[in-house]
Amino acid sequence: MLQRGYDMFNSRRLAAGIAAFVALAFTATAIAPALAEDGVTATEITLGGTDPFSGPASAYGAVGKGSQAYFEYVNDHGGVNGRKIVYKDLDDGYSPPQTVQLTRQLVEQDKVFCIFASLGTATSTAIRPYLNQNKIPQLFVATGASKWAHDAEQFPWTIGWQPDYESEAIIYARNVVKEKPNAKVAIIYQNDDFGQDYVNGFKQGLGSHGNLLVKTASYEVTDPDVSSQIASLKASGADTLLVAATPKFAVQSLVATAQQGWKPQIYLTNVSGSETVMRAATKAGGGPDATNGIISTQYIIDPSDPKWANNPGEKLFKEIMDKYVPGGDTNNAFYLAGMAYAFTMVDVLKSAGRDITRDKAMKAALSLNETDNVFLYPGLKVQTSATNHFPITSEALVRYDNGKWVATGAVIDARSIVKSEK
Amino acid sequence: MSFFRLDRVAAFGVVAVVIAILPAFLPSYGSFELTYVAAYAIAILGLIILTGKNGQISLGHGAFIAIGGYAVAILATHAGVPYWIGIPAAGIISGLVGIAIGIVALRLEGVYLALATFALAVSVPSLLKRFSGLTGGVGGISLTPIAAPAGVPIDAERWFYYVAWAIAGVLFILTALLLEGRLGRSLRALRDNEIAAISFGVNPHFYKTLAFAWSAAYAGIAGALIAIATAFVSPDSYGFNLSITVLVGAVLGGLESLWGAVLGGLVVEFLPLWAQRINEAAPSVVYGVALVAVMLLMPGGLAGGILRLFRRTRPEASAPGATTHADSSVVAVPVQPVE
Amino acid sequence: MQELPQQIVSGLATGSIYASVALALVLIYRSMGVINFAQGEMAMFTTFIAWQLIQLGMPVWAAFGTTIVIAFLGAIALERVVIRPVERASQLTVVIVTLGLLIVFNGLAGFIWGYVIKTFPSPFPTTPITIGGASFNSQDLGIIGVSLASLGLISLFFAKTKVGLAMRAAALYPDQSRVLGIRVSWMLALGWGLAAVVGAISGMMVAPVVFLDPNMMQGIVVYAFAGAVLGGIESPIGAVVGGLVLGVALNLLGTYVEFIGNDLRLPAAFLIIVVVLLVRPAGLFGHVHVRRV
Repeated sequence: MLQRGYDMFNSRRLAAGIAAFVALAFTATAIAPALAEDGVTATEITLGGTDPFSGPASAYGAVGKGSQAYFEYVNDHGGVNGRKIVYKDLDDGYSPPQTVQLTRQLVEQDKVFCIFASLGTATSTAIRPYLNQNKIPQLFVATGASKWAHDAEQFPWTIGWQPDYESEAIIYARNVVKEKPNAKVAIIYQNDDFGQDYVNGFKQGLGSHGNLLVKTASYEVTDPDVSSQIASLKASGADTLLVAATPKFAVQSLVATAQQGWKPQIYLTNVSGSETVMRAATKAGGGPDATNGIISTQYIIDPSDPKWANNPGEKLFKEIMDKYVPGGDTNNAFYLAGMAYAFTMVDVLKSAGRDITRDKAMKAALSLNETDNVFLYPGLKVQTSATNHFPITSEALVRYDNGKWVATGAVIDARSIVKSEK
Repeated sequence: MSFFRLDRVAAFGVVAVVIAILPAFLPSYGSFELTYVAAYAIAILGLIILTGKNGQISLGHGAFIAIGGYAVAILATHAGVPYWIGIPAAGIISGLVGIAIGIVALRLEGVYLALATFALAVSVPSLLKRFSGLTGGVGGISLTPIAAPAGVPIDAERWFYYVAWAIAGVLFILTALLLEGRLGRSLRALRDNEIAAISFGVNPHFYKTLAFAWSAAYAGIAGALIAIATAFVSPDSYGFNLSITVLVGAVLGGLESLWGAVLGGLVVEFLPLWAQRINEAAPSVVYGVALVAVMLLMPGGLAGGILRLFRRTRPEASAPGATTHADSSVVAVPVQPVE
Repeated sequence: MQELPQQIVSGLATGSIYASVALALVLIYRSMGVINFAQGEMAMFTTFIAWQLIQLGMPVWAAFGTTIVIAFLGAIALERVVIRPVERASQLTVVIVTLGLLIVFNGLAGFIWGYVIKTFPSPFPTTPITIGGASFNSQDLGIIGVSLASLGLISLFFAKTKVGLAMRAAALYPDQSRVLGIRVSWMLALGWGLAAVVGAISGMMVAPVVFLDPNMMQGIVVYAFAGAVLGGIESPIGAVVGGLVLGVALNLLGTYVEFIGNDLRLPAAFLIIVVVLLVRPAGLFGHVHVRRV
């Protein structure tokens, strides 16, 4: 390395370089005074949230967009208690380090009132300690994990919303035991917390009949298809199949099952129970036989199912989509789910009153008795209490018959099954 | 000694002072984000050693970041190992794995190495999920959040900021020192013309494996810092995107100069956080375009560009972005590993 | 054991997906000596273009044809603007540029069309076929058929046409080719154009099966790489055979080797890449080159 003198000409450039560096460092980290505010002004209340708008889980981003659209609708109809709702929904790419940093930004820089519908189990778990430590409500976490309720004592500021996957699997397991006590059950599941929750819940629901489960097979979201998994499940001799798969892979599972000439009784996760999925599976699977008789559950309306065309929730959904999400796919149930979440959030804001605080909002969230959520399956309620942290526990059992989901008439509360056995 | 040139010491001193006083002017989440910058800078420093100084392409360094993160998490939760031991342990464990991968990498070159490391990066989440007894599987592992030690009057975020940057500073100086002498010359010689270097007595197996292990160790330390700051590790954090991100940061920051690590760290940390407020796809497009633009126009990256401001002579002709005459007739030939 | 024929047949079906993408990879490699990391994303992007054309009302086959032309011209333009300046630069530079393209195409697709999964019409009928206890789909046959047809055309092109010969010469002996009057630079552009066409075709065949979204190729591309390496990164036949063999091998490993199961396919692909590159870098069908010093 050459020894170079430190002459005047160089030192000016050196200073310029360092100044550039310092300027870069300062602008990169917005300087702001560290005050603690509520995210509430006279005219606005600001909510924060994180969703995967990019990356491998980006299909779920539609949930956040649905919520956003509902809030805009509410704002145009007078807002809540005289305030407009501002929802800052940021993209965390489904990566917990991103979620953690973005959430801190939302809380400390954007001064949000609370975190609403953070999507993803791992991501929401990562921010849970921080939010609870700082007494910031983490409301209506957007996943079907059951840990939000199970851990409520340790993390009282966190609450879920949708019926959890474990409960749903318990419903299916009970149905099997009741309808077909000699069944041989196989499960295909996505190898993540979503899929594993179903496996665990199903086993729990089988109880002493655990021997009914003969084989499970997982798939990765990086797999192009699941024909291999279906083949090995078929070879196990099972006559019942639980499909715990996200829409794309659910279609593939149903199609592969039909193609390989296997006709088990199929239970399908409601995440993939939309009419869009069923139509795609019927078409690619060679006809109605591919989807006839499938049992699933529903707790929200399916926008792609024509039977709901005159349902008030469906009509509202279409109206909101038309105005606030132009070009959005009105068959995509994720948008509607987002609206359903947002409906409950608005309910909480309303009942907490005009002089709202985080404490009041949390109390309101834990004393819900919402019976008018138009986006829910008719008759379903959102209810919470100090001892019940599962807002929605009931689901309607439905069966797919010749191109239509038909209600079996049974609306099952999975949590009460579990409770009654304790 | 020529190592302690006045302009270098001055630059380092100024930057060190800035880093030391920044937390006073920033809210705690600002210090928190800058902690991640330190971690990324350390990982990128490793890539500068491996790719910038030694010419080996790795698209899989996310794997070592994952190993570091999980190492500190597993040691803490299964064996109660405190973080101040866990961080160097993470570096050592990653370094050991780096030796293994480095030995395999000896037989692969250029695009083939890129391809193999690409495949490695993509496989990491699967491996993490599989050995769930140790790694907590898909649910991940929660770590105890950082806390400032008793008696220290600053909050946890700022405390850890200083810890991370202190580690980064030490590694920075260490790297510069080691690269100054024979070690650095051997690495660069192997990068520029391996056959010639061998004929001069440089042992390629030793130095190339060393470069891999060294950069892996740094990535492991970075992974440990990230895991502790996030207080959570899960397979989702360590997908292919992470490996790409770190390499992008190294290239944009600049592979020629160690300062590229800090600039790269700043880019990697803040570009996604801010660009995505414009549009969720914006960071990707900006990254990609910037990457291509930098390679075409300014192969030395940001650091190279800034350095050019106050250097009269052109930077080393053997920087990775430039062509070398000896190779130009061979570049277009499918280069297979020799024997 | 009755499962075995089904696993093999399913493996061939999945493998055909890998084979079609691997073919595009091999084309670029043959013309330029580099692996185009952006190949999968380019294929995905062109498939989105086809989807958009169909949405705008164009009949399916017209959309396919138009997309192929767009892919060809677009890739040549891309090569001229972005790759040509770094044609003679180090491998690192080219790798990074293709990585940059990967990121850009993925981001652009997300920006323009969003991340919601879309269905894509299949050019083939989807009637199930069962032979000897193993079931597959006429669509799978279609994919294999098109891959083989592309393979045949490409092999013919390289072996029998003047342009094909010129391309091979330009890749192997660029300086001598220039002396002979071959426009080496344009041969590279042509290589990119052809690879993009093959990529577009594979994307449009694959999308009906894996559904269309910006991330659709990310899982496939690693397996396509592994298949190409296995078959021989320079050999079009190798790409197709390698892809098919990989599909079957991964299925069999996944089913019968408990340790690998269904969740370690990606690491298995990684191992295959490494082992092949170490033991027989030319793959099953390639030729070993000696590097001139």
